[in-house]
Amino acid sequence: MMDVGLAHYLTVGAILFTLGIFGIFINRKNIIIILMAIELMLLAVNVNFVAFSAHLGDLVGQVFALFVLTVAAAEVAIGMAIVVVYFRNRGSIEVEDVNLMKG
Amino acid sequence: MPAVPADLLPVAAEIWLALVGMALLMFGAFRGHRATRLIAGLAVGAFIVAAVLIIGPASRATLALGGLFVVDTFAVFMKTLVLIGAALTLIMSLGYIRREDMERFEFPVLVLFATLGMMMMVSANDLMALYIGLELQSLSLYVIAAFRRDSLRSTEAGLKYFVLGALASGMLLYGCSLVYGFTGTTRFAALAALFAAPGAEPATGVVVGLVFIAAGLAFKVSAVPFHMWTPDVYEGAPTPVTAFFSVAPKIAAVALLLRVMMQPFGGLEAQWQQIVVFISVASMLLGAFAALVQTNIKRLMAYSSIGHIGYALLGLAAGTEAGVRGVLIYMAIYLAMNVGAFGCILAMRRQDRMVEDIDDLAGLSRTHPLMALALGIFMFAMAGIPPLAGFFAKLYVFLAVIEAKLYVLAVIGVLSSVVAAYYYLRIVKIMYFDEAADPFDRPIGRELSLVLAGTGVFTLFFFVYPRPLLSVAQTAAAALFP
Repeated sequence: MMDVGLAHYLTVGAILFTLGIFGIFINRKNIIIILMAIELMLLAVNVNFVAFSAHLGDLVGQVFALFVLTVAAAEVAIGMAIVVVYFRNRGSIEVEDVNLMKG
Repeated sequence: MPAVPADLLPVAAEIWLALVGMALLMFGAFRGHRATRLIAGLAVGAFIVAAVLIIGPASRATLALGGLFVVDTFAVFMKTLVLIGAALTLIMSLGYIRREDMERFEFPVLVLFATLGMMMMVSANDLMALYIGLELQSLSLYVIAAFRRDSLRSTEAGLKYFVLGALASGMLLYGCSLVYGFTGTTRFAALAALFAAPGAEPATGVVVGLVFIAAGLAFKVSAVPFHMWTPDVYEGAPTPVTAFFSVAPKIAAVALLLRVMMQPFGGLEAQWQQIVVFISVASMLLGAFAALVQTNIKRLMAYSSIGHIGYALLGLAAGTEAGVRGVLIYMAIYLAMNVGAFGCILAMRRQDRMVEDIDDLAGLSRTHPLMALALGIFMFAMAGIPPLAGFFAKLYVFLAVIEAKLYVLAVIGVLSSVVAAYYYLRIVKIMYFDEAADPFDRPIGRELSLVLAGTGVFTLFFFVYPRPLLSVAQTAAAALFP
């Protein structure tokens, strides 16, 4: 029987975070998926915070995680609102169609 | 009346702005969009009151809100710049929102909340306060980038800014979580004490966390490997919003970067100096070369601002008090030059439509001699031609870099500013020597003329009496080196 320790939580956090970043960059289909990837990144950070908090026996990490949850909710609400106005103008939320201005 | 708790006095300006923001939101909700100009005027008034509240007290560092918040001369200096930038851009936008059918009262309120977030960032003394301030700023900025919701370009700009900004926030947070986990604290003072201990080798996790935090902040100042949102957002966002983006959030983010690198991570200078040197050099070079081929003036200003951030970060790379003073002077002068240049861009209207091509400026000296003179002054200043203000901005940064014996950096900086001079001077050439195009609409508006005159006079005559700014920047920089 294996003990689940700090390292396991950090590994899960790191994997989720990497998945989030790749979800933003590799994904070529849909903007909603990008929003989900952003959420995944923030939740990975929360896993980290809570794991560290429990490991250190210090509450600050959990307080930080609560703040992150709140801000993430506001962030995704604003993101969805922007996606909706964008869809009204463009008629599509394909990532490939976000190309009016070239960087 | 109950006495105000002493702990809240240093936060008076922020509390004031938060209350005014909520009051104006209610006011707008009841009065409707007709009240937009009135609300914008009230917001400018609130900024002025906030500036008075900041500048009054605080000669030495004061902690507030249980140590999450610090007010020192550095914070006062940067907050004043942020407030000036926000107020000037809001004044400049009055004509635009009237003519371009953008009369919605949320605009000044969102600018106000973004400014409140910036002031929280500048005063943050804890990773948590840093994050909350940064997000309050960013969330407001995402919305105002997409503020013209019927315009495809504006909404696309907002969308790109949102996705990349959220990515940056995520990286910053991941860095915060690692730093917290490997040190057990989020307080700047505790972190500083931990890293300053002689012979203490930082854990690998802390260094990785530092890199993530630096990446997140580099995004917010649009330094080079993380600059890709800047040109698109600058081009797509409504012009007054672009003017706002190019000054206030930049200044606040630079202030945050300076404080984070100098205070909590001051003991890790060996670790972050290479990162800062790299992003500074890359920003200067990209800002100089990529701008050469631009035809849209807002896009050109985006690359120009990337370059300017590169020069400002040179001072941080030096890591000395003189370097920080150079950055502070640079940001003050950058504020004046950039607000002025965007004032001229806002006046580029033909047949009641905004035009944004550099070629539209052709022959401006014959059709609008005063505006051509003003834009000429700002372009010469940005190119760093003495005796205009922009020259002194670069001078103090380069001096600090040379004192820190980073000669290669100074040489690269001077060379890239020579390249950058080409595209600034090309605009002057187009205005003064090309065939005149159709004239722009007149009048450009009283508010705009006043802002142009003020920033133009500051940029032109800064060299006559530079002492006040230099000495204030000196005391502000000293606050980061206790």
